[in-house]
Amino acid sequence: MSQPSDAPLKRTPLYAVHVKAGAKMVPFGGWEMPVQYAGIIEEHRTVRRAVGVFDVSHMGEFEIEGPGALAVLQRITTNDASALAVGQVQYSLLCYPDGGIVDDLTLYRLADNRFMMTVNAANIDKDWAWVTSQGQGDCRWENRSNETGLLAVQGPRAEALVGRLADVDVTAIGYYRVQRGRVAGVPAVISRTGYTGEDGFELYVAAADTERLWHALLDGGKGDGIVPVGLGARDTLRLEVKYALYGNDIDQTTNPIEAGLGWVVKLAKGEFVGRPPIERVKAEGPRRKLVGFEMVDRAVARHGYRIVKAGAEIGTVTSGSYGPQVDRYIGVGYVPTAHSKVGDEIEVEVRGKPQRAKVVQTPFYPPKVKKH
Amino acid sequence: MGNYPADLKYTKEHEWARVEGNRARVGITFYAQEQLGDVVFVELPKVGAKVSQMKPFGVVESVKAVSDLFAPLSGEVVEVNAELLKKPELINQDPYGKGWMVVIQVSSPQEVNALFTVKQYEEFLAKGGH
Repeated sequence: MSQPSDAPLKRTPLYAVHVKAGAKMVPFGGWEMPVQYAGIIEEHRTVRRAVGVFDVSHMGEFEIEGPGALAVLQRITTNDASALAVGQVQYSLLCYPDGGIVDDLTLYRLADNRFMMTVNAANIDKDWAWVTSQGQGDCRWENRSNETGLLAVQGPRAEALVGRLADVDVTAIGYYRVQRGRVAGVPAVISRTGYTGEDGFELYVAAADTERLWHALLDGGKGDGIVPVGLGARDTLRLEVKYALYGNDIDQTTNPIEAGLGWVVKLAKGEFVGRPPIERVKAEGPRRKLVGFEMVDRAVARHGYRIVKAGAEIGTVTSGSYGPQVDRYIGVGYVPTAHSKVGDEIEVEVRGKPQRAKVVQTPFYPPKVKKH
Repeated sequence: MGNYPADLKYTKEHEWARVEGNRARVGITFYAQEQLGDVVFVELPKVGAKVSQMKPFGVVESVKAVSDLFAPLSGEVVEVNAELLKKPELINQDPYGKGWMVVIQVSSPQEVNALFTVKQYEEFLAKGGH
């Protein structure tokens, strides 16, 4: 993240709670965030096995309301917002005219003419400038990022836990669906979404209520084995299911098609910002693709490492780590289409030495999200 | 405080050395493993490799970080903890015991004088550790 080193880091409403809990705090995209509490691997495995709670209040929330809101969203996002029923959520992208990605986001239809988009924390200012300049019409934008807290409750025990604390039947909320309710008495937008590959919820609440909800979840989830989870495990969890991380795997230089995000680009809906170059890449076939790979030699691939083949650089690692659940050294990166088939042998240059890797089927870990 | 045994020598890069005659067993300190977080990978030299004081001899990687290992003393590697290749978490669990990394046959015993005593190392940590 390019952030002037002297710029003050922003904090979520839970900053003091994290420090008190002994979290290791680190700068992330302009924010001072907990990277881990007990340890990344244990937190990761607890989410896969039981349930974890994440403070992701640093994420940005924009609302757009008015008779022209849908038309504006159709123009600035790549997915088909008209397909959204009220109470439904959609993964989508904002693109530049050249097809590069401004940000990835989730789009919520809260009412006929009212939507919310959740954007990446590091991109809030950039995205706000972009949507308000490109997204003009018979509608009004509101940046609710500062007044909104966001907690993610993720894992196979999430439904039972949130269900006990909520005043609505959360079992009736389908995947990528949203409903209003109270959780532990706190008014919340209860969204069945997440960034881990597990079933779970993201709970949007007033910033001032975030701390109360955080403690209620940790207390109420004791019997489920709940733990607080930091950004470290959030990153390894999303990597195992190959969810893209903006700034690593996708950015203004990557096209949605080569990033494997063609499924959220709906050419049939008509014109939108970035459409011509995306359509061209789709028609011609991408020259490079974002693939998942597994190390064959003992080595850890990291963001920015070179991918080589027979001594020549052919691509770049965009994310890489040890996968705590799959128990392998895994990564994703861009390679020429000719080297992107499952089983293709590539090499990752680690400290000057090429180390063997192979392209594998992704996701590395099959998501356990609730599909209904 | 117990996290830093008194019989060890320490480096400013947070390695420890247990000097036994002409040999020194080497690992990283409690502070180092805590700063790194969960160790997931270690790259160590082979038996017979020559190492030089305060020059890198290997690499340790946690989920989030990559860090060079610096030799506390010069000499030849005579033992390597192969167990760490399969169980790098031993470095977190037992940094002064099962988490040891190499044994060096020391070539210049006077180099020990350049290392921190436990008191000096704890003072160094108290001032921030870098």
